[in-house]
Amino acid sequence: MIDAGQIAGNGLDFKPKIQGNIPRGLTLLAVIIIIMILTIILGNIVYNGVGTINWEFLSHPPENGMESGGIFPAIFGTVFLVILMVIAVIPVGVFTAIYLHEYTSPVSRLTRLIRVAINNLAGVPSIVFGLFGLGFFIAFIGGGLDSIFYKSEGPVWGQPAIIWASLTLALLTLPVVIISTEEAIRTIPRELIEASYALGGTKLQTIFRIIIPQALPGILTGSILAVSRGAGEVAPIMFTGAAYYLPYLPSKLNDQFMEMGYHIFVMATQSPDIEATKPILYGTVLVLLILTFMLNFIAIYLRSGMRRRRASLQ
Amino acid sequence: MKELKFKPKSRLWEFLGEKFIAVNAFVALIAIILIFIFIFKEAVPILTDPEIQEEVTLEKMVFKQEFYEGRDAKWSWQPNSEVPKYSLFALFIGTLKAAIIAMFFAVPLGIGAAIYSSEFAGKRIREIIKPVIELLAGIPSVVLGFFALIILATFLQNLFGLTFRLNALNAGIALGIAIIPIIFTVAEDAMTSVPRSLREAATALGANQWQVSLTVVLPAALPGISAGVVLGFGRAIGETMIVLMASGNAAIISANFLDSVRTFSATIAAELAEVVFGSGHYSVLFFIGSLLFAFTFIINFSGDILLTRIKSKFQGKMN
Repeated sequence: MIDAGQIAGNGLDFKPKIQGNIPRGLTLLAVIIIIMILTIILGNIVYNGVGTINWEFLSHPPENGMESGGIFPAIFGTVFLVILMVIAVIPVGVFTAIYLHEYTSPVSRLTRLIRVAINNLAGVPSIVFGLFGLGFFIAFIGGGLDSIFYKSEGPVWGQPAIIWASLTLALLTLPVVIISTEEAIRTIPRELIEASYALGGTKLQTIFRIIIPQALPGILTGSILAVSRGAGEVAPIMFTGAAYYLPYLPSKLNDQFMEMGYHIFVMATQSPDIEATKPILYGTVLVLLILTFMLNFIAIYLRSGMRRRRASLQ
Repeated sequence: MKELKFKPKSRLWEFLGEKFIAVNAFVALIAIILIFIFIFKEAVPILTDPEIQEEVTLEKMVFKQEFYEGRDAKWSWQPNSEVPKYSLFALFIGTLKAAIIAMFFAVPLGIGAAIYSSEFAGKRIREIIKPVIELLAGIPSVVLGFFALIILATFLQNLFGLTFRLNALNAGIALGIAIIPIIFTVAEDAMTSVPRSLREAATALGANQWQVSLTVVLPAALPGISAGVVLGFGRAIGETMIVLMASGNAAIISANFLDSVRTFSATIAAELAEVVFGSGHYSVLFFIGSLLFAFTFIINFSGDILLTRIKSKFQGKMN
């Protein structure tokens, strides 16, 4: 009997010896272990944290050296921080994606260079962003502003502040926004854009009346993913504005701020009595997780709608 | 229809609009150049400033030093001691140790799950795996650090009967959890993008499902799978919060994976806040930042090359 595989020769000699069950089982085991890891992490945090969360916890500042009270200033600081970040990152990210699609050819050297830059920006370690924020935003820009406008006073802008932290985070999340906006632009039927040009629409008119409205779900997805990423990053804001404890809420752009991720880090590593802070620590972790997961779920939902539309186009 | 009536607008607006959009598009490029300049700028004094060179030089950071007369030369990281010691080698070993453990943990799980998802899983199981991976990717690194510090460390301590809770193994496993998603995603993408014609040809030649995967799909997707591993390694080297919280942060040079380690990234995070602006120590921290930046640059570049190769290969074959 001739085995079909032998016809192929050179290394493609298929003998029905190894059945699919062992490799199938091994790879399934990997999946199961991953699911178990996720379950253990989430289960532990929810189990230990859920008892702490109540209205008082969410609406009051910390007391007794963080051993009681709530985390309101950290929540407020996180929200303030990501709002500033979004204001900075969305226009830049969206316009970059539009520029790459509407103004340049995808094979031009410039486009490739910008793409390389975006890819690399996405890969730079977050701690390096922190160094950059300190060296560029605080020392160079902030220090520069101070030496021009506020010579006699102490540092006004040349110090850690919420504006510098949010700009650092905006750079970190820029690739996320660009990539999801691009994905959305690709789902727009080309005919729609060409129809706009055919009707005499200029490039700007086409961009603002066709491309941006049509790409809105993708832009929204990118913004949400950026917020979820930004809300969880600690390394870039450690030196650029986050504070361990502040008796007041940030109200100006050059104020320092408390932030949930940093709050977790400080409580977990520098608390003199870890057992006493544990309930609050778990509660904070749970709030941060709920926040980021909620954002991720919305983003995934929006994106799957977009992908369906794209699939139906093809 | 009223809304779509285009009025001829002035060319000036078009021109300014284009320039404005172009400026935005250059932000990413300018940012990467500025990061390069501002990180390296602060590291340069180590090479040029004679005052700082008295305290620290390239040679002192790399080779064994005789810090006290009559004692053995050794590598040591103690920037705040009376005789400041800036041996990057000690940190390098720590970084590598944590990353290697992370890879041992994450590569089999990430690639294994990717193979299952792409080759064996039905549509329904895939719809479980994908969100699980996205959830895992969505956990902030500070939360993973917290998990390793509070829960995993205690578990490992009881398991191995350790004196010290925080060590390379603890940090490495948590790092591994953080990089599973990236390895999975890139590897799975590569395998699902293998053209169906290749699979069908192998099946027609009499291969069963596993043989198709092993002899056709895996070799074809290998550049993509390697890209996932390479990118995961890059992330493991650069990740900060997890190692800062879970590794113990003592720069011990040993082959024992149950010893504490101090990594490059954690050193910057732990010391930058207290350092004197413009001092030797400050320069060394930025020098470490430059190393991390250069390293991830190379890693991303290699990952890019591997992914471009697989893309052009499959697109070439499909036509």
